[in-house]
Amino acid sequence: MTTAREQILGAVKQSLKKNNPSGDRPDELAQRLSDPKANLIPERSRLPHPAQVDLMESMLIELSATVKRISSLDEVPDEVVTYLKTRNLPQEVRLAPSKELQALAWDDQSLLKVSCGPAREPDQVSVTGAFAAVAETGTLMLHSGPEGPTTLNFLPENHIVVLRSSQVVGAYEEGWARLRKAFGNGTMPRTLNMISGPSRTGDIEQKIELGAHGPRRLHVIIVEDGHAETGDSAG
Amino acid sequence: MSKPEPRVGLFVTCLVDLFRPSVGFAAVKLLEAAGCRVEVPELQTCCGQPAYNSGDKADTRAIALQVIEAFRDFDYVVAPSGSCAAMIKKHYPELFEKEPEQLAKAEELSARTFELISFLTDVMQLSDVEAAFPQTVTYHDSCSGLRELGVRDQPRKLLSSVNALSLVELSDADICCGFGGTFCVKYPDISNIMVTSKTGSIESTGAQTLLAGDLGCLMNMAGKLQRSGSDIQVRHVAEVLADMTDTPAIGAAEGDTRNGGN
Amino acid sequence: MQSRSHSFKENAREAIADPNIQAAMAKMKVGFTGKRLAAAARLPEFEALRDAARDIKNHSLANLDFYLERYEAKVLETGGQVHWAPTAADARKAILDICERAGAKTVTKGKSMISEEIALNDHLEEAGMTVVETDLGEYIIQLRKEPPSHIIAPAVHVSKEQVEADFRAQHQHLPAERSLSEPTDLVNEARQILRQRYLDADVGITGANFLIAETGTSIIVTNEGNGDLTQSLPKIHIVIASIEKVVPNLEDASTILRVLARSATGQEFSAYTTLSTGPRRAEDPDGPEEYHVILLDNGRSSMLGSEFQDMLRCIRCGACMNHCPVYHAVGGHSYGWVYPGPMGAVLTPNLIGVEEAGHLPNASTFCGRCESVCPVRIPLPKMMRHWREREFERHLTPKSVRHGLGVWAFMARRPALYHRLTGLGIRALAALGRRRGRFTSLPLAGGWTKYRDLPAPQGKTFQQLWAEKQKNGRAAK
Ligand code: SF4
Repeated sequence: MTTAREQILGAVKQSLKKNNPSGDRPDELAQRLSDPKANLIPERSRLPHPAQVDLMESMLIELSATVKRISSLDEVPDEVVTYLKTRNLPQEVRLAPSKELQALAWDDQSLLKVSCGPAREPDQVSVTGAFAAVAETGTLMLHSGPEGPTTLNFLPENHIVVLRSSQVVGAYEEGWARLRKAFGNGTMPRTLNMISGPSRTGDIEQKIELGAHGPRRLHVIIVEDGHAETGDSAG
Repeated sequence: MSKPEPRVGLFVTCLVDLFRPSVGFAAVKLLEAAGCRVEVPELQTCCGQPAYNSGDKADTRAIALQVIEAFRDFDYVVAPSGSCAAMIKKHYPELFEKEPEQLAKAEELSARTFELISFLTDVMQLSDVEAAFPQTVTYHDSCSGLRELGVRDQPRKLLSSVNALSLVELSDADICCGFGGTFCVKYPDISNIMVTSKTGSIESTGAQTLLAGDLGCLMNMAGKLQRSGSDIQVRHVAEVLADMTDTPAIGAAEGDTRNGGN
Repeated sequence: MQSRSHSFKENAREAIADPNIQAAMAKMKVGFTGKRLAAAARLPEFEALRDAARDIKNHSLANLDFYLERYEAKVLETGGQVHWAPTAADARKAILDICERAGAKTVTKGKSMISEEIALNDHLEEAGMTVVETDLGEYIIQLRKEPPSHIIAPAVHVSKEQVEADFRAQHQHLPAERSLSEPTDLVNEARQILRQRYLDADVGITGANFLIAETGTSIIVTNEGNGDLTQSLPKIHIVIASIEKVVPNLEDASTILRVLARSATGQEFSAYTTLSTGPRRAEDPDGPEEYHVILLDNGRSSMLGSEFQDMLRCIRCGACMNHCPVYHAVGGHSYGWVYPGPMGAVLTPNLIGVEEAGHLPNASTFCGRCESVCPVRIPLPKMMRHWREREFERHLTPKSVRHGLGVWAFMARRPALYHRLTGLGIRALAALGRRRGRFTSLPLAGGWTKYRDLPAPQGKTFQQLWAEKQKNGRAAK
């Protein structure tokens, strides 16, 4: 008896024989998987790194996110407190268990309650890092892992992302290059979120509403930390 | 340096032949004025679209071969219709994909075939016409001409040279009027919604006359305008460009010479 | 889902008479098309990217067996499971088995057209499970017990007043005096209701926009974030995808993503593009413990190698229906099955048979607007015509049409006879209509004159007049 797998693959092969004498040799196909090449990349993001960071900022704003640029990681707790205050949000955040974020001087903020871990239902504000950010469309890349619970990106109504300017790249392809460097070729974390603005829906009479299921607000704190990591900048 | 007069075979199209010969004569006048020698092969009937779009490939091919034969000896084949020209230019080759000999003939014909207005501007390099039409007109881009042949700017360019004519653009100029050949009688309810939406925007332009380059679409829109009591006149663009607007407009009563602008 | 495609004409008539549908369509006509146009204009490489996207899909399809096998190997390597499903029934069974093994009571779902195609919800509900659609549009139509009317905006036909009425009827535990008059109120209420559902769910099911052979990854693209909550909170994540969704690598997916949202909603990029690979890793603080992929064939393998292969490039962006004047006239439900608009007119007959869905590829003027916006350049009108050819070959074309066409073609192939007969006929018709210039009714032309007048012919045919002119011209010389 043939298995369902053999049945489908057999039918695919049979049909392909009819009409698709693929000129592609198996080793060429395999190479497309082991050594992927970029296709056409739009000019828009082919900029010097500082201009890419500016583009990232303006794209985020266009997407209804808010942006604050600061010059050092040490200012992050202050900025978080200020942000919560100006939005009338409770002074309580759920922090991603990232070493970098945990090392900040949260204790100096007497008003602020900070806890760490994956999101729980009542959490209203999360603070996470990012893996990279793609200036082309203002897209943040966050991945799952011990330092990045995915639920933090979706469950709370407010998501604050701490992005280092060196994490900004031009195009998605540069993001993949960094990912391969971090995880190895062909290897992915369980979840990679590409986030472009807060949650939205147009499902009721085609009117755009923010905060459908995911965060209603996305606030990105861009920390100036010099220029891009070497090797994959679009420059 | 004078080039020899190109020999043009006029593909009349079945609708012009049967319903509005004046469009054919306007085409002849424009072509001759542009320096062509025009002939009309008797062996033509229709381009075959009704059969082709109904899935009847055998009859379509027979008709296509007949057209290929009838227009073998011309430098160019020109039709006052985007959809018939596209049928010959774009679809005839598709009919013979698996027969190299016929395919070669179809492709050869395809290369020589043009829609009237774009032929005048793109091939004969015509940039203005001698005509007057003291009216506000609007223009509908018929689908095949627009999307299969890229006819868009050419009629506007020539219209801009017509004396006393002013053109107001239609907001949905590029959207189908709901004619679609047999579609309009197979799905009359849907076709009606489409043409109603179209005539609504025609009326909102305030134009006195509607122009387009395909008689099928024109008859559809004229019929709807008249049914809804509008007195907007409807003409093939070639009539205006050829300064031949002394015939009653499409669907207008005998003796209605409101458009006789000359 | 039970098909109503055969009654397309009646469905269309109902939709034309429905003011809610007509109002929604009027809005969509300008909304989606304008946004797409602006997005395309903003990216100078847009047309070149469409070519690239088409080529990537063609390459993937031409080597589908290779990429499917590599994709599967990668999923297994990362701890996921792959279930091959030749038919809809196989897919339903595989999913039910997983849910039952997990003792699932509540199943949440992200938007998936494949799940509509295999009628998954009914199947799980019959087995006693509570199935909750989490995409707002899908949630609304689930409450209304309706199928989607658009592939990316499933509730586009529903007015906010209708949504309000549905919410009041369904969410009875909420205070009756609450205000639900604005979309914002409705979105907030849905958010609040669905929140608990995500947390309760035992299994989360999503579709996939792409499968990546390089990494064994499935990708979903959403704006609401519902797909993410659906797939990251429950213990089990099931992905249902049809086999043609596989592309070689991340770069290829990126290229197609660049045209997807722009074509669909006119966004530069959707809010959430999520790449999922296997179950949570040992050290991950959250995420599903099991990751299953259902690979559905259900007719795709036989489209390969046929004249409908190009249809398998479809990335379900919805641009073709957003731009289709027929869709705008009749709305999505008229098409009678899962996939409406031009893409449905080609795909549906492939999946449920042209005997059932024969109207769909016929109800088109071939205006070509769909093809002109399709991001992967599928020649939709050409493929609708292929269906008409198959119908004609198999004598499924209505007898009256076939007969009329036969008589006409007989004449059209005999120019001399044609000219003689049309010359006579037209002269008679012209004589009848000359004075008024048009007909308001005419025997045999009821399809035309029901809604519009028929312009009368001018008199003689062009051929007659031309011949006379030639003769006179010669005589004069
Ligand atoms: S056929 Fe083309 S335009 Fe239509 S949904 Fe598919 S990809 Fe989009």
